[in-house]
Amino acid sequence: MRRLAALLVAGGMLLAACTSGGGATGAASSPSAAGSPAMSPAGSPAGSPAAAPTASLPAEGPTLDTIRSAGKLVCGVKFDVIAFGFRNPTSGDVEGFDADLCREIAGALGVEPEFVEAISANRIPFLQEDRVDIIISTMTRNEERLGQIDFSKIYYLAGQKILVKSDSPHQTVDDLVTAGVPVCSGQGSTSETNLRDRGVEEANLVLFATYSEAAQALLDGRCDAVSTDDSILFGLAGQNEGLEVRGEAFTEEPLGIGIKKGKEDLVAFINAVLDQMAANGRWAELYDTHIKPYTGEEAPEPPLDM
Amino acid sequence: MFGQITFDNLEYFVQGYLTTILLSVGAMAAAFVIGSVAASVRVWGGRVPKSLAGFYVEFFRNTPLLIQLFFFAVVLAPNNLGITADPFVVALFGLSIYTGAFATEAIRSGILAIDPGQVEAARSLGLSQLATIRLVVLPQALRTVVPPLGNVASALIRNSSVASAIGTRELLFMGLLVANRTFSLEPLIGVLLGYWSLTLTLAFVLGRLERRLAFAR
Repeated sequence: MRRLAALLVAGGMLLAACTSGGGATGAASSPSAAGSPAMSPAGSPAGSPAAAPTASLPAEGPTLDTIRSAGKLVCGVKFDVIAFGFRNPTSGDVEGFDADLCREIAGALGVEPEFVEAISANRIPFLQEDRVDIIISTMTRNEERLGQIDFSKIYYLAGQKILVKSDSPHQTVDDLVTAGVPVCSGQGSTSETNLRDRGVEEANLVLFATYSEAAQALLDGRCDAVSTDDSILFGLAGQNEGLEVRGEAFTEEPLGIGIKKGKEDLVAFINAVLDQMAANGRWAELYDTHIKPYTGEEAPEPPLDM
Repeated sequence: MFGQITFDNLEYFVQGYLTTILLSVGAMAAAFVIGSVAASVRVWGGRVPKSLAGFYVEFFRNTPLLIQLFFFAVVLAPNNLGITADPFVVALFGLSIYTGAFATEAIRSGILAIDPGQVEAARSLGLSQLATIRLVVLPQALRTVVPPLGNVASALIRNSSVASAIGTRELLFMGLLVANRTFSLEPLIGVLLGYWSLTLTLAFVLGRLERRLAFAR
């Protein structure tokens, strides 16, 4: 009987935990909503400095002509990754660094941007089936993918970092190694192997199928940190109050824009837009708007030619 | 060569295998105790304890183990009830409760199979009700429930793989770890053979046990 009473109490606690979790999510969405008016002028083609094509941009090409005659540039972006591609549930706008990159490129072409949700597994098929013109979806440029699609220059250098509670004493991944505390990550991810290579004890790796489970475990105190690419950690920090991303990146994940093979003119055009954004400070503006609130660090040099 | 990956990562498999054994043996022992108590309550308890035991059995037997484990992992965590952060302990707890519900029904069926005359005889000889249950009914009941409890134990060994989902470092978890690091499905064959070796051993032991207990029939 006592066991049953304990179970009923436990059930009540779980309900309470769910309710408070929902509240936290609601509260967390307000700062990003507050941030959106600042970005909308930047996102509209008219207000963008890149809107007026300059002499440095290549003007002609078969792919560019097709996009211009369609009047729109279809971009595959993430809809659930805060800071990069996130569909604001209240306004319906797609926000983030990746989304604004799409707006910049569309503006430079003189067409309207259109957003399509592209989850990780869909990205390359969407390009190959011509369902999107380009993919800007926190996609790491690597050898394996370069065999299937083309990539633009590197538009952001992501890297593996740690996500901890705001009151945690741990600043870096090495602190976690020294302290010998459990670290959560994803099953079957490169992040997990990177942690082990960095010195995290095998027995201290607590692995889950999804990163939201890992974040839940962090909130419950089942592990002291979650570690994976910072582009994913920003989202977890944005959705859960009291969590923050810390430390230097200890791996390099170069993010590039994906383009179907055989569209060299579009690759050249996008690279020219990226160069222009780096030169005129627009890249740093986007960094400040979307990423700086999570890192607290000044904009680095654009990593374009890595 | 086939088997090379499994062989190269043998320490992972050995560790996972031992954890699975520990988890299964521990949870079966706890489930046996829970089952004996809850079955006795279901048969001889008062109205309220009886319905509570019934609720326990029907709830845990008829909901998915995976969800129960997720639930216990969150509820027992340091920032909630503060009992444990260790996925092994959570899995041991969750599997014991889940398997306990099946053990209850197996043992209850054994109790109900005892001739009422046994109880009447024991009572008329002056044994108290508790002594009748402990000395007369349960020893006979347990003999008849060896086969159904064996099935419960076999299911427990296989169900223990679900604990990998909450991060328990048992056999399947270790197999997935190696599979993901080596981009090969071969380790999962090793995992299957691992579980099979355990359930086969159990079946062998139970077969011997049944033959030794057969004299009573």
